[in-house]
Amino acid sequence: MKWLGAAALGVLLLLPAVLNSYAVTVFIFIFFYAFLGQAWNIVGGYAGQLSAGHAAFVGIGAYTSAVLSVQAGLTPWVGMLVGGLLSAVLGTVVGYLGFRFGLRGFYFVLLTVAFAEVCRFVALNTDAVGGALGYYITFTGNPWQFQFQDNRVYYYVALGLMLIATGIVAAIERRRFGAYLIAIREDESACEALGVNTFRYKMLAMIVSSFLTGVGGTFYAFYLFSLQPGAVFGIPLSVEIIIRPIVGGAGTVMGPILGSFILSPLAEASRIYFGQGGWAGAHLIAYGLLLIAVVLFLPQGAYPALRRLWARAAR
Amino acid sequence: MAVGLTLIFGVMRVVNFAHGDMMVWGMYLAWILSTRAGIDPYVGFVACAAALFVMGWVTQRLLVDRIVDAPHEMQILLMLGVALVLENAALVAFGPDPQRVRSPLRAATFWLGPVFVDVARLVTFALAMVLTLALYLFLTRTDLGRTMRAAADNAYGALVIGTDVRRVYAAAFGIGAACVGAAGALVSPILPFQPAGGLSLSVASFNIVIIGGMGSLPGAFLGGLLVSVAESLGAVFLSPSMKELVSFSLLILILLFRPAGLFGKAAA
Amino acid sequence: MPPLLQVTGISKRFGGLHAVRDLSLEMARGEVLGLIGPNGAGKTTAFNLLSGFLTPDQGAVRFDGHSLAGLKPHAICGLGLVRTFQIVRPFPHLSVLDNVRVGALARRPLMAEAREMARAVIDRVGLGAKTDQAAAGLTLPERKRLELARALATEPTLLLLDEVMAGLNPTETAGIVGLIQRINESGVSILLIEHNMRAVMTLSHRIAVLNFGEKIVEGPPAAVANHPRVIEAYLGEEYVHPPAR
Repeated sequence: MKWLGAAALGVLLLLPAVLNSYAVTVFIFIFFYAFLGQAWNIVGGYAGQLSAGHAAFVGIGAYTSAVLSVQAGLTPWVGMLVGGLLSAVLGTVVGYLGFRFGLRGFYFVLLTVAFAEVCRFVALNTDAVGGALGYYITFTGNPWQFQFQDNRVYYYVALGLMLIATGIVAAIERRRFGAYLIAIREDESACEALGVNTFRYKMLAMIVSSFLTGVGGTFYAFYLFSLQPGAVFGIPLSVEIIIRPIVGGAGTVMGPILGSFILSPLAEASRIYFGQGGWAGAHLIAYGLLLIAVVLFLPQGAYPALRRLWARAAR
Repeated sequence: MAVGLTLIFGVMRVVNFAHGDMMVWGMYLAWILSTRAGIDPYVGFVACAAALFVMGWVTQRLLVDRIVDAPHEMQILLMLGVALVLENAALVAFGPDPQRVRSPLRAATFWLGPVFVDVARLVTFALAMVLTLALYLFLTRTDLGRTMRAAADNAYGALVIGTDVRRVYAAAFGIGAACVGAAGALVSPILPFQPAGGLSLSVASFNIVIIGGMGSLPGAFLGGLLVSVAESLGAVFLSPSMKELVSFSLLILILLFRPAGLFGKAAA
Repeated sequence: MPPLLQVTGISKRFGGLHAVRDLSLEMARGEVLGLIGPNGAGKTTAFNLLSGFLTPDQGAVRFDGHSLAGLKPHAICGLGLVRTFQIVRPFPHLSVLDNVRVGALARRPLMAEAREMARAVIDRVGLGAKTDQAAAGLTLPERKRLELARALATEPTLLLLDEVMAGLNPTETAGIVGLIQRINESGVSILLIEHNMRAVMTLSHRIAVLNFGEKIVEGPPAAVANHPRVIEAYLGEEYVHPPAR
């Protein structure tokens, strides 16, 4: 299995040499959403705490680094850490409120959605960050400002982010932290009885997850150059974040990556096929159907199913 | 509309995330009836309710039935998927722009003492009360209604005494959806609606139901009144655009301090 | 030598119901204390109070020199008091090994060490053959052993067993009884709730009887078995008979 991974990585590293700019862009989105999905995976997949408001962290990270860069001239390479930190603060608050007050399942989902919407609302009504018109960054192409002339540099940055997040998740899975998170997802009370401080571990997961997601916000800001509250804090982005790990396999290392490789091309294809205008939401219909299909037929996601097939074929 | 949601939760312990989006479809159906067939929504709501009843029944039979015993996360994701499909199908079918239904009652108003009363809203209110009462009577007086309440209280027990639980569930979901269809139709002349509005309607429903107590009908009713009053007050004393903020803040507070709501049963 | 467990006058009410009323208990190190009583007598509530899942309205619990007031279950487990659940709660998607490893990680934070410890415990309870099987696929007696193994892996000083023999046939029960005896011999004190009188009589050094939340009798097995108040509490139960020694 390992040589397969190495070979795939090699291919990915060499790809930009042969692809046109459009294809490179598709891959950038695959990697970027895989990164966000992987960050979510820590708290949503492994710990099993379904957060449907992760866009809030993207938004905070994005606006923070954008504003700091434009107003204060702070390089986004540092700004991304600040953004990540602020996101982690929000993550701590949401996590604390949710976990300390014992909100599980549906109630926790609602809490995360509520917070994301509040953030969106605040951004929409704060003129200092552009309000309803949005916040814009002028393109300079200056690497110090996390901007690159060549699309391909973004490709490698996105790939790097995805690999880092995956590395973190793999490291977590190998350690007690990961084992505890998985057990918490299975049965929290049983964990408590076995000496697991479930509150602490859930909080940790939330903090790491929100930090990483916030860092991703910077990439978003400096790749798209325009921030709209609805787009960057909204439910559609949260859905994009969670659907990849869920379809690919929540709570697995490869799940979000596999999910992204399945879903991003699908979204792109449906966007092209159905065109603009009246069919603008069509790919989301596909998402919805896919989500339904996964829940009904493949609740653990595509990756575990593939692994089982592979194991059976190997015999 | 909250009443419908609480019914679904009370009977099956499933949270219908697609509730708001179903309501939007109710609104669009009313719109279609109004523009294509010239039927006033205050009459046509019956048809909307019926159509959505079917939608609810089918949804339950095809999809929800399979995951009634699954972990909550799966149920949420399933309904989220349904919500996505509904919302974007509406988007594709009707376009993203807000619509409104025209009704001859719309313009009628009169003075009642110092208060300016809008006939349309009054009729909506009255019909909503009537429907709620009808639902209450249904649940307490009819066989199916009583069976539903029994299943809500103790699904296993109901099964043991021979109830076709699946049919009851389907009926519950259907009725819940019908409620929301009727609600959508009744409200369509008053509120502008668009596909993207599904989420805020869902959240509004959840808000009300959580405050009133999940699974409790009187709770949903009182919760609805409470939330509307709070929102109106918020609009008056703060700024009108803060309505959503009030809504969400209220939700967060309730979630934290009294998730069981005023009359509610605890979540399963 | 101070007692390992010292329960002083704990009470718990749920609305109008006194689940546990003014309960006092003591346990010495190495002892097996049986907790019996009719259904609804408050035994599991007592367990929940001792293990931190519920807070007593009144009274105090001291364990191994520490007060347990206000401690959460995981902290209490850290002190060496661990409980099993009446309705077993395996981690269904995890293998037996991974299940037990979660327990082992409590004292051995390194994954490799925890794994080894888990294997040892699994062999000790006799589940060696099922080490890699998913917990969801185990039979009831196997799940009971798993529950036991998981708790054992936390290296407890005091083990609270909640009806671990419920639902087992006589052969399976005899097996578990033997296992519990061996665990006790290895130095673990045990407080067990049981309805199976034969097992309780065989295993326990002392027995406490609860009825309607109160302790009505306490003493060595033979004395308790013949106590009129105990027989009265169990009126209608056919289990009460002197142990065959």
